[in-house]
Parts: sequence; structure tokens; C-alpha cells
Amino acid sequence: MTKTFAALLAVATGAVLLAGSAAAQGSIRLTGAGATFPYPIYSKWMLEYHTQHPNVEINYQSIGSGGGIRQFTDHTVDFGASDGPMTDVQIQAVNGNVLHIPTVLGADVPTYNIPGVTQQLRFTGDVLAGIFLGQITKWNDSRITGINPGIPLPDQDIVVVHRSDGSGTTYIWTDYLTKVSPDWAQRVGKGTSVNWPVGLGGQGNPGVASTVKQTPGAIGYVELIYAVQNHIDYGLVRNKAGNYIQASLESATRAAAGAVATLDPNTDFRISITDPDGAQAYPIASFTWLLIPKEMSDATKARTLLEFVWWATHDGQQYNEGLSYARLPEPVVRLEEQRLKSVTVNGKPVLPANYGRGQRGR
Amino acid sequence: MTDIPATVLEPEAGPQPTAEERWRALKTVSPGDVVYRTVLTVFALLLPLVLVTIALELGVNAWPAVSKFGFGFLTHSTWDPVRGEFGALPLIVGTLYSSLVALVIAVPLALACAIFLTEFAPRWLRAPVATLIELLAAVPSVIYGLWGIFVLIPLLRDHFWPVARHALSWLPIFSGVFYGPSVLAGGVILSIMVLPYIAAVSREVLLAVPPSQREAGLALGATRWETVWTVILPYGRAGIIGAVILGLGRALGETMAVTMVIGNRHEVSASLLQPGYTIAAAIANEFSEAVSDMHLSALFLVGAVLFLITIVVNAVARVLVWRVARGSAVGSTAI
Repeated sequence: MTKTFAALLAVATGAVLLAGSAAAQGSIRLTGAGATFPYPIYSKWMLEYHTQHPNVEINYQSIGSGGGIRQFTDHTVDFGASDGPMTDVQIQAVNGNVLHIPTVLGADVPTYNIPGVTQQLRFTGDVLAGIFLGQITKWNDSRITGINPGIPLPDQDIVVVHRSDGSGTTYIWTDYLTKVSPDWAQRVGKGTSVNWPVGLGGQGNPGVASTVKQTPGAIGYVELIYAVQNHIDYGLVRNKAGNYIQASLESATRAAAGAVATLDPNTDFRISITDPDGAQAYPIASFTWLLIPKEMSDATKARTLLEFVWWATHDGQQYNEGLSYARLPEPVVRLEEQRLKSVTVNGKPVLPANYGRGQRGR
Repeated sequence: MTDIPATVLEPEAGPQPTAEERWRALKTVSPGDVVYRTVLTVFALLLPLVLVTIALELGVNAWPAVSKFGFGFLTHSTWDPVRGEFGALPLIVGTLYSSLVALVIAVPLALACAIFLTEFAPRWLRAPVATLIELLAAVPSVIYGLWGIFVLIPLLRDHFWPVARHALSWLPIFSGVFYGPSVLAGGVILSIMVLPYIAAVSREVLLAVPPSQREAGLALGATRWETVWTVILPYGRAGIIGAVILGLGRALGETMAVTMVIGNRHEVSASLLQPGYTIAAAIANEFSEAVSDMHLSALFLVGAVLFLITIVVNAVARVLVWRVARGSAVGSTAI
């Protein structure tokens, strides 16, 4: 009995000593929390980064954007993550001490189930807003048939399906509808959950997709990645330039590029890139953001966090396609570099002014 | 054990102790007893403490919503996170409505099962069937939800409703267009989930009815059916009410399976065919992405409402059981 105990004690002491020595070598732990949508790519980045920098351990909990913002505000995490930008009121709550850093792009696609129709349908912002407001109630409504010549649409009720859980996917969708339809903007607005005028709620992307699949006449929206990975057919959406665009990783990146072309260089990145300029830009796309403090107190942590975010927005982007996330366009990355270099500890910049020189184009 | 004085265990052994010695031995409190009593007291108090903590936590977090919406929270049906307007009427109605549907379906079925298994089934059939019914309780609720989406809803929409429509569509509770996800689907799923609880407890209750009661009924010339109806069921009614309340409690709080089939719509509708929402489902759906403080507070408040509903249901059950249990001991021992 005592022998076992002594052995246990020895092991425990050893573990403590080991941990101590690791800390002495400069093991750094960062914790973050927030959005669930970018979780797969974030965990991939953190794993890869840990392999390259064994002394850095980053722990990310995908508890949802709302939770991410709250934990960031309460300073219980080193960084937050959100699918929707913080509101002005929320930024006041942290005394303005936050930077929004876009990391990857997501896009929403309309998916539908009309018995007897196998062709790919075309949608416009007006039509989607009309359907989701409950103003267009039949598939053979002239507003739908007008933009889908040659497709025999039945006299079938439209069943709207939306997300019942709060989600970044809903934020992108409602942000787009708010932009293209004044009626939507006034009656519903945008958010991670909204007061839907009509429709059924499905839980998560799988819930929406399965409800659409099971319900004749249904239309819903799902995250592009989910649609691609599950081979779900989806419709084309007309962009600002008047072209019907098939959602894809490239067309989502083009959306960001189109939106950023007209961007103020001092932007805080709390921008919506739905309905952007650009002939081939897909109109229902959005950034997802990391939230990091502008002014930090721990110099080591600050440096590690910034180096990681820098890596994620540069070298890390090569992992995006593998997990079906769209890359950040170059101009956005350039602007983010400036923003990352503006972070300070006790008023002094953390990253040297020439940080990252020579690693471009890798 | 060894601390107990030998005199207490074996008063006959050895020379008889004086009265004073015996009194002293009885008065000594062993330290083990003290520890035992303290530990038990602490554990016993922990449970009410958890309950009080939950109530306090709910109250504190719900306070912003209480002070902003007041009683209107219970009577309004707008749930608009964008504008920060919250009314929980659809959630409260949906929770009670779907549970009621579940009980209406499950109680007769469960009672029938219990009566069959205790009174009519051949002996070799009883244990296997009882086990199978109880196995229903072991199925995870997400499985029920998936089954609901892929089997139950298509069945209701494509086979049940086209036939039943002609007979039922004049009723207000069956009005409107039926797309599938609905209070009806939620209620049916819930009924399957609560059935094993009601059936198992009712069966225990009926088993506890003394054979003399049965024999007395039969001896008076009653048929087996009359015996069940006039002797056995009344004898066990307190326990059966307890079983039903147990099922109701389960139905009120069920989340996953319900949210997958009920349609998750913040709207009050008398029709079973229309989508609805329940409190537990709304909290599970909206909590993690509730960005504004008022949204979060409204979710806490609606959680407190659910807490109150379950307390009221339990209190009513207690009163009912006490009232009907007078005179029949079976019910009170079985629950």
C-alpha cells in the first residue's frame, strides 16, 4: 500500500517538475473561445502551429459567437471569435480595446426541394426576400418564373425553412436580405437569430437540410461548406453586377475582394461584404472574425498571439481549401498586417515594423 | 464497530454492570457516529442547496428581463432578438400543449400495457414485454428526433393526414396546411418517450395490489374486466396519478427530440398541425449565440418560468396523490 503511494508520489512530483521545466523553457498557453463555424479550420491551424512551434499551445472552445464576445469582454480568454462583428455598445463595454481580424470567409446558399424540378434555379435578392417575408407563397409565382424561363415550376406552396439556433449562417443570410430589401430591413433586420415572419426552424445546418429534403416545396439556406460536403444542390444568386453566380470558394473570395476594393484603409473590419461589387462575386458571403485586444498587458502572450494570427492569415490560409473555407483576398491581408502591427503592450508596439518582410508570397 | 462497549452487545457476559456503568456506556458517543451523522447531514443539505442555488442564479440573471418586460413577458408573443423585444407566450403554450398531446396519447397506451402485463398476459410473455417497453426509455432522445424527421413526419404527412383530413379538418385543432414539423409531431414523439415511464410505474403499482382484492372482486361475480375497472384501478389510482405526473415532468423538460420535429416557431396556434416551440428547445437553440444581454436575460427568465411550471406540476401532483391515497396504501408506497 505504502509502496504504491510512494510510487504515485514520485510520478506526481516528476510530472510537476516536468511541467515546471517546460514552463521554464517558455511554454506559452493561449485560450480563445467563440464562433463554431470556423472551428474546423481554427483547430487545424492551432494543431499545425503547435507542431511548428512546440512551445505554443492554443486552446479554442467553440461555444458560439455570443459566448465568445462575452468571454472576451470578461477577459476570461486571450482572444475571442465571432461570426458577427461586435456592436458599438459591446465595443464600449471593453472601452474600445478590440481589433476585429477577419480570418476566413463563409457563404450561404439557397437550397430547395421542388417535386419534379431538377434544374438549377436562379434567385435574386428581391425574390429571396419576398419568399422569406412570406410575400411570395407559390413556386409558380411570376416573380420566380420570370427569372427562370423554361423551368416548369409547379403550383406548390413554398415552405420556408430557417435555422432555429442562433448562428453565423443566419447572420450572413439576414445581413444580405437586409441590404437588398428595405422591407426586410424594416420588418426583420439582421442578427444571429431574428424574428422570422414565416417558416419552420431546423436545428443546425443538418436540421435545415434534412427538413428541406423531407418537405416538398421547401426552401432553406445552408452554409456553403455544408452543402459542398454533403452534395446538396443549391441555386444561383444574382449579384449586384447582374450575373447569376454559383457559390464556390473562389466566388466567395471574389466577394471579399469586391467589397474591399472600396474600403477605407483605416477600416476596423466590421464590414459586411454581402451584395458586393465585382462581376463574378457571390453576393451572400461574410468574414468571420478573431477578436483581439488592441492594448495588452502580458508582452509574451501578446507577441505569441500576434505571431499566431499573422501566421494564420498568411501561411495558414493554405489549409483553407482542404476544409472548404474561402481564402482571404490579398488586399485584406495587407490591411490586417497594419492592424496587427498596431497592437501595443504598455503603449509600445509588439511586432517590429519590419515584421513579416521576406515571407510574402510563400 | 469495535468502539461499541461489549456491555451493550452482550449484557449477559461477565459480571453484571451496575446501573451507573450501563448508563455511562449508553451515554458515550462514539466519534465514528459523529462523523457519520455530520457527513449524512451535509449530503442531505447539499441537494436543497443546489436547488436554491439554481433558483437564485436564474433569478439574478433573469432580473433585467423581469424589470423590463414585467408580466407582459408571459402574455406577449413577439420574440425579436434584433429589436430586443421578448414575450414568452408561444413558448409556454407550446410546452404545455405538446406535453398535453403526449399525455393524451401515452396515458391510455401505458395503462393498457400495464393492465395487460399484470392481469391478462400469459406468464412467459410478461417479463420480455415489460423489458422491451422499459428499453424504450434507454433510447437517446436524439435518436427519437432523427426517427421523427425521417419516419414519423413523412408518415403523418403522407399517410395519416390525407386519410384523417376528411374526418378531422373541421376541428380547430386540426386546421391549416400541414407541412410536417408541428406540435402534433412533437407530441407524438414525446408520447413515445414518456410511455415507458408511465407504463413501468403503473405496472409496479398494479402488481402491488394485494391478490385478496382481486379474489374478492372475482368472488363477487365480477368479470376480469370489471375487476380491473372497479377494484384494481381504483385501488392503485394514487400510484397511477404519480406515474402520469412523472411522465409529464419528463415531457415538459425534453429538448432534443422535440426541437427536431416541432418546427421551432415562436407563434401561438390552436392547430396541432402548425409548428410550435417549447421552452427547453428555445433555450437549447438560442443560448450559445445570444449576443445581446437582454436576449440572454430573456432566456434565463423563460428558464425560470419552466422551473416554476415544473414546481407547480409537482405540487399539484402531491396534493392529488395525498387526496386519493387516503384509504389505499398501495399508491403511496409505490411512488
